[in-house]
Amino acid sequence: MKILIVGGGMGGTILANSLARRLTAELKAGKARITMLSASDKHMYQPGLLYLAIGRMTPDELYRDQASLLEPGIEFHVDPVEEFMLDDNRVKTRSGKTIDYDIMVIATGSRMFPEGIPGLAENAELFYTEESALKMFKRLQSFEGGKVVITVGVPHKCPMAPLEITFMLHDYFKDRGLSDKVQLHYTYPINRVHSLENVAKWAAPEMNKLGITYDTFFNIKEVDGANKILRSEEGTEIKYDLLIAIPAHKGMEVVEKNGLGQGGWIPTNRTKLNMEGRSNVFVCGDTTNIPISKAGSTAHFEADTLAENIAAMVKMGVPVREYDGKVFCFIEAGKDRATYAMFNYQNPPDPKAPTKAMHWFKMAYNKLYWISARGLL
Amino acid sequence: MADKKIVDGRGSFCPGPLMELIAALKSSQIGDELEVLSTDKGSANDIPEWVRKVGHEYVSTTEEGGVWHVIVRKAK
Repeated sequence: MKILIVGGGMGGTILANSLARRLTAELKAGKARITMLSASDKHMYQPGLLYLAIGRMTPDELYRDQASLLEPGIEFHVDPVEEFMLDDNRVKTRSGKTIDYDIMVIATGSRMFPEGIPGLAENAELFYTEESALKMFKRLQSFEGGKVVITVGVPHKCPMAPLEITFMLHDYFKDRGLSDKVQLHYTYPINRVHSLENVAKWAAPEMNKLGITYDTFFNIKEVDGANKILRSEEGTEIKYDLLIAIPAHKGMEVVEKNGLGQGGWIPTNRTKLNMEGRSNVFVCGDTTNIPISKAGSTAHFEADTLAENIAAMVKMGVPVREYDGKVFCFIEAGKDRATYAMFNYQNPPDPKAPTKAMHWFKMAYNKLYWISARGLL
Repeated sequence: MADKKIVDGRGSFCPGPLMELIAALKSSQIGDELEVLSTDKGSANDIPEWVRKVGHEYVSTTEEGGVWHVIVRKAK
């Protein structure tokens, strides 16, 4: 059974490693084969970008060699897919190789797309790549006062990042003695400060307490960089001195180019995780169109389900369980306190008040992540 | 030719039906009709409110078996 995993991010890596462990005997006997194709030889811990943007992590801490994270028996190639030929159960890679599969999992992730909004890429600080996060930190370090606007687009990965960056910026400026000189203002696309009602119920009073103002029902339309004005689809506008954006995202270009899903989001069954209309193609992580958080934990728990199911398909011919929509997200509430939201398709989250202990758990997880990536935690 | 799309936000806490609609509108054409399915009553109120604010067309809301069907049309 030839298993092909497209994408070396969190979902793809956890899946590959979990599968390799479950199928040790089959791999040894040549009854199964696991191939991973990725665009990079490096694995990035994306949640670290938040910390890089405010100077609490250095770029080297974000990466490990992808090969070093993979179980023996996984054939890993830095040779991304360019063409999907689903009817033939085959892909073509950048180097021109054709790879056949019996089962494929597409785990190509998502990317910010600031170019979709006129004036945004040129005028806003961003932090969803190493380059942009570093640039943002340097800009922050030279900022001496004024109105900082944090604006949020839809959809985006890491649902907690808007609140986290806002609360962390509050503490960052406080530590620099600039609390009196900096006004933080936050915008969100729907009529509360976060998509999760219980998180918004906690976050809004917290913002009020810290003097952070906000506008809701604000969907970014354009940025007038010359006059430093942010405009919304709803007809409102906000002046800024420093603009920080979490832009709308798209799936990877290869997904759209191959007609797998509009916007790069692949139609996926929300419990079985197969691509709609395909019984041997599964989708994991950000690139699904499932109405669920685009979060690392989502990819992780989906990968857990897929590993169990694909291993069962190899051993018994049938999958064994369904994904229940489980998501777990830490929420940093400043520099030294955090809470979390845990939920699934049936049960909404109920976050508790932030604590130092939960922040230290997150700090520990920033390091423990590498064990998760290996499919062990 | 205007498309009809289903935005299935049932059981979605995050990002939730309204944010799913906002995202779906981005890859829609003017005139497309989007039917949002939601098990969250709050969204059934929020969606028409946002649609009117932003300038799209609100068509209708029906409820059946605990699922709200909110239909909107992309107008700009």
